[in-house]
Amino acid sequence: MNAILSKLNSSELLGGKKGVLGLAVLAAVIFILLPLGVDIFRLNLVGKYLTYAFVAVSLVLLWGNGGILSLGQGIFFGLGGYGMAMFMKLEASDPISTKIQTTPGIPDFMDWNQLTELPWFWEPFNSLPLTIAAILIIPALFAYIIGFAMFKRRVGGVYFAIITQAIALILSILIVGQQGLTGGVNGITDLKTMLGWDTRTDSAKYILYYVNGILLFGCILLSRYILTSKFGMLLLAMRDKEERVRFSGYDVSDFKIFIFCVAAMISAIGGAMFTLQVGFMSPSFVGIVPSIEMVIFCAVGGRISLIGAVYGTLLVNYGKTFFSETYPELWLFLMGGLFMAVVMFFPNGLAGLWDQHARKLKFMKRFYDDTPEPERFEPTLSAAKDTAEAAVAKKEKPAKVANMKGAKA
Amino acid sequence: MSNTDFVLSIEDLTVSFDGFKAVDNLTMYIDKNELRVVIGPNGAGKTTVLDLICGKTKSTSGSIKFMNKELTKLSEHEIVREGVGRKFQTPSIYENLSVYQNLEVSYPKGRGVFGSLTFKRTAEVEAQVRKVAEEIMLSDLLDLEAALLSHGQKQWLEIGMLLMQDPELLMLDEPVAGMSAKERDQTAELLNKICNNRSVLVIEHDMEFVKKIAHKVTVLHQGKILAEGSMDKVQEDEKVIEVYLGH
Repeated sequence: MNAILSKLNSSELLGGKKGVLGLAVLAAVIFILLPLGVDIFRLNLVGKYLTYAFVAVSLVLLWGNGGILSLGQGIFFGLGGYGMAMFMKLEASDPISTKIQTTPGIPDFMDWNQLTELPWFWEPFNSLPLTIAAILIIPALFAYIIGFAMFKRRVGGVYFAIITQAIALILSILIVGQQGLTGGVNGITDLKTMLGWDTRTDSAKYILYYVNGILLFGCILLSRYILTSKFGMLLLAMRDKEERVRFSGYDVSDFKIFIFCVAAMISAIGGAMFTLQVGFMSPSFVGIVPSIEMVIFCAVGGRISLIGAVYGTLLVNYGKTFFSETYPELWLFLMGGLFMAVVMFFPNGLAGLWDQHARKLKFMKRFYDDTPEPERFEPTLSAAKDTAEAAVAKKEKPAKVANMKGAKA
Repeated sequence: MSNTDFVLSIEDLTVSFDGFKAVDNLTMYIDKNELRVVIGPNGAGKTTVLDLICGKTKSTSGSIKFMNKELTKLSEHEIVREGVGRKFQTPSIYENLSVYQNLEVSYPKGRGVFGSLTFKRTAEVEAQVRKVAEEIMLSDLLDLEAALLSHGQKQWLEIGMLLMQDPELLMLDEPVAGMSAKERDQTAELLNKICNNRSVLVIEHDMEFVKKIAHKVTVLHQGKILAEGSMDKVQEDEKVIEVYLGH
């Protein structure tokens, strides 16, 4: 075991011993513990939550590391989800099962809205490869357009957050308003099969759950690759001192646009997997509320930790299900309170708390010994910083700072 | 304007903010390997001149040529890629990264999106980081988080980040502000060392420090040049004494 660990340790991609352990534990939870521990109904719920985790992971890249807060990730989750829903809806709307309609062969809601033929933009969704391409490319392209318009003009921070939120609202209103083209407020429902494979059976649900988990791990590894490259370092640098990055010869906007596109794509994969597992897609997963909820999942998990974001999503959603089953009227208040508590008391979320305490546990020691990764926002850190500054004020030798590190660890 | 041997030639440069001319018809030349210091009272337009050169502020009229290439039309990162480095007044470093990473991130390779995704920490990068760290006296602190450095060390680190890019022209805005006497001396030494193979433009208030480093001094006042020449000559200039040194 130790040999394997130390071998993997050399791979930065997995984040050292600590990263491997984190991934292994998460894999055990998702692929073994949960499927064995809960019934298929609950597992399907977990699968649904894990599709939100894609968005939380994308926010770790974008917000936690890049400092770009998007309050509109629901846009991309929705685009991905609608892409898959359109494909499945077309498959469910074959002329035989829709023969009682005025125009057989088109989705039922179109028939109700007096449409007599399939709108042009639905045509590509007759093909699965085109659908998958659309699920990945359209959100990225849309993100590119938004990103290009915003970041090239150096719109950032709160303004960017508000604009993404406005776009999420516009898109959800548009979907609701264009009932004949999109299914309106009900969304696209009665999805049954994918290439003839019934997605509603228990076995299909198990398979989809595992596919979802594997894709999620794929996205986490992709994100980790990005974060461990120079690109990742630049993201942190931009979050800290954007001007300095710009005046070091980097076109900051290009980097922001790229990470925004990647985040959009990851969110869209989550959306598509949502549709497959839940069997419908509706505008209530596109607008402002879901977009903000996903930011909360990410914040609770720890906005700089890819793995933390997954736990955060699971935990908040478990809480949501639990409380909305028992005290439905209390849930929204609890969620708001939770968000405030996280922001005020543990800005690094669950991952930050774990990191802080795991260091002290004996059996965890060996995972930390060789990775003295400094804690960000950690109280002791700012204490050390204050002392360092006090030392400067007293014009003591700056070499003292070196000792602080020891004191901190 | 014809080509010249100057590293930087600023001609008839004007910038006006709502009618207020922060820099007014400024003409200034900087030689190869020269260390020029710009002094002047508050509001004289010193920092604005740096902002104009590095593209942070766009000029209203006039020209800035760096190695005979017009800079006024280029964007910030393009100007940096031409070989102009600029240090900000307050230390501008990446506090969340280690000293090593701060320097590595400033290495002028992998500057595009895909270049940075495939960037590898080669022996060459490593050597350059260590060489610069040696110069800026931070060799022993490479693994330390930059936030924990002292104020003076942060200033040096930012200078080091510029040295990583090996710029032809290095611009420093008040590099010794907030430093102890000893740190000032060390910084003067550092600047004298690094201007061996490049031109350096420094804005500074501290006269003792200016004396230690300046080859030539330019005195700015209300966006215009009041005097230019050696430190001794400038100090005796009556106009300069009146608006600046006399206080």
